[in-house]
Amino acid sequence: MENLDLISILGSTIRLSIPLIFTALAGLFTERAGVFDIGLEGKMLFSAFAAAVAAFMTGSPWLGLLAGITVSVLISLIHGFASITNRGNQIVSGVAINFLASGLTAVLGQAWFSQGGRTPPLAASARFTEIVFPYAAELRDTGFIGRFYANIISGHNILTYLAFLAVPASWWVLYRTRFGLRLRAVGENPGAVDTAGISVTFLRYRATICAGILCGCAGTYLAIAQSAGFVKDMSAGKGYIALAALIFAKWRPVPVMLACLLFGFLDAFANFMQGKSVPGIGEVPVQIFQALPYVLTCVLLAGFIGVARPPKAGGVPYVKER
Amino acid sequence: MSTASVPLPNWITYGLMPFLNLVVAFLISGVVVWFIGESPLDAVTLLLQGALGNGEGIGFTLYYATNFIFTGLSVAVAYHAGLFNIGSEGQAYVGGLGAALASLALDHYVPWYVTMPFAVVGAAIFGAAWALIPAWLQAKRGSHIVITTIMFNFIGAAMMVYLLVHVLIVPGKMAPETRVFLEGGQLPKLDWLIAMFGGKLGPAPFNASFLIALFMCVVVWVLIWRTKLGYEIRTLGANPTAAVYAGIPYVKTVIITMLISGGLAGMMALNPVLGASARLQVEFVGGAGFVGIAVSLMGRSHPLGIVLAAILFGVLYQGGDALSFDMPKITRDMIVVIQGLVILFAGALEYLFRPTIVRVWQRFGKA
Repeated sequence: MENLDLISILGSTIRLSIPLIFTALAGLFTERAGVFDIGLEGKMLFSAFAAAVAAFMTGSPWLGLLAGITVSVLISLIHGFASITNRGNQIVSGVAINFLASGLTAVLGQAWFSQGGRTPPLAASARFTEIVFPYAAELRDTGFIGRFYANIISGHNILTYLAFLAVPASWWVLYRTRFGLRLRAVGENPGAVDTAGISVTFLRYRATICAGILCGCAGTYLAIAQSAGFVKDMSAGKGYIALAALIFAKWRPVPVMLACLLFGFLDAFANFMQGKSVPGIGEVPVQIFQALPYVLTCVLLAGFIGVARPPKAGGVPYVKER
Repeated sequence: MSTASVPLPNWITYGLMPFLNLVVAFLISGVVVWFIGESPLDAVTLLLQGALGNGEGIGFTLYYATNFIFTGLSVAVAYHAGLFNIGSEGQAYVGGLGAALASLALDHYVPWYVTMPFAVVGAAIFGAAWALIPAWLQAKRGSHIVITTIMFNFIGAAMMVYLLVHVLIVPGKMAPETRVFLEGGQLPKLDWLIAMFGGKLGPAPFNASFLIALFMCVVVWVLIWRTKLGYEIRTLGANPTAAVYAGIPYVKTVIITMLISGGLAGMMALNPVLGASARLQVEFVGGAGFVGIAVSLMGRSHPLGIVLAAILFGVLYQGGDALSFDMPKITRDMIVVIQGLVILFAGALEYLFRPTIVRVWQRFGKA
């Protein structure tokens, strides 16, 4: 395989990993606080739609990002209201959010723009476009390192760099702040946190809001950075892959990034391999690469590659008086 | 004082509260329709006319309902054991393979009533097989069934696309589907049933799998409330620790429950594959597995409730089709919105009105 191919595969690996990283980090916050979040997919889709509509109406990608985050936080609050305040089933609530997202974005998109659920294509000024680092153009033709700099370090949009900043930031919040300590504690033993005089409800709400912000970035990235508008059901299962990555990373921030990069790489590699044949084997069906993240996660869950131990209080609504 | 522990009479818990939740879900759906700029009342009228106005509409409604009865039962059986089977979608998809293989093998040689039992068993076995690994992972390895069944939905989808594109496709054809089954591999239409009520079925694909679905409702009712296994399943669902303490084998019960659940989901494939299109196609399940979650929640995991909820969703599906034809602004996706709202209010927010109802009940009801 030639270097050129490797560089382009790595470049598209990064592009495909960004929504996964944001979304998996979102799941990290809620799940570490003891709230299951199947609705990541739906939040991503809602925020993609909101970002595309806002960017189209205002012509500003930043207002698009704001709209994406706002809507995603609102949906997170609905999830919180159902699963924290009303002590409803968290999984059912997540499933409901995914349905609502898939339906409502398509219905509103069709009603407002009449383009089969799409939003109108965005002008370049209404999108987050690529940032070219200094000397990238000059270094493009100077060997492997130059190409690496030009195509992998440079040449992404601002949200990409934000995603890679969000990883250490999440680590710092979760492991080096008081809020993070309490957040992790509330996912393991909410009773102890409550006894210490800290509100379980408020902590969990704050965790879902963090998740909403991150999912909002993911959706915005899909709609106005990676593509130029919203397409019906454009999240296409990425929320579930992110969930798989979260489990694969055993609910820790830096491994989350690595797992997302791995799953992004599988996706990029599958695209690259389409229609090509491997010597001795022939054409490898693309479905194998599509299924691989899920298979790997199941193998991990089976306990064959270490043990994935979820937060202990995950999925259990907290009842104060017992 | 907390209201969570105050007992309420059954007619409130199983009648009034679900009803109120449904009303809210439909009111909000109405708001969405109004927001788009159409009249909710006109929309409801069109929807009901399209779903129940003539024999063909009723045929389509019951055809959709058949899918949802199977998947609803599938979700419900698992739910009784405290397991949340989100994988009915994938199990139904793989179940289609079992049904289709039976038809492909037999349709040249025997009439449909010989093929049918093989197709039923094939669909059930393939569906159950797709639930086996998640069940085993849950029972033995303690990995969460929700996560593994989601993963298996995607793995199943990838596998089925591969099989249809590379293995089962008719050579020389472009469409990823099997050949059309002959008469011996199809389930007969139930036009006589509609004709009994003076309607005409027309092209609606309402077929014998509806009767199989109703039969399975009875089987599930007997299983859950009249057998030892059913008792064990319900005990496990109510309190796993107590169940194990009472000597109920956890691993065995979880796996058997999930096999039954997967089998029921797999049998859903009979309806579209053998009953309607007479071939196995990509994506033939079309979200029916997820609708099963809503149906099971609304029907409170009871076969009778599931049949009623499935018919309601059948009305929504068929009526939604008719509606999108007459009101182009309201696309089929509106059904998905309504589904989401029903799941949200009947499922996740099921206790939303409980505190209020308890207060009203304490003041007026007991007097």
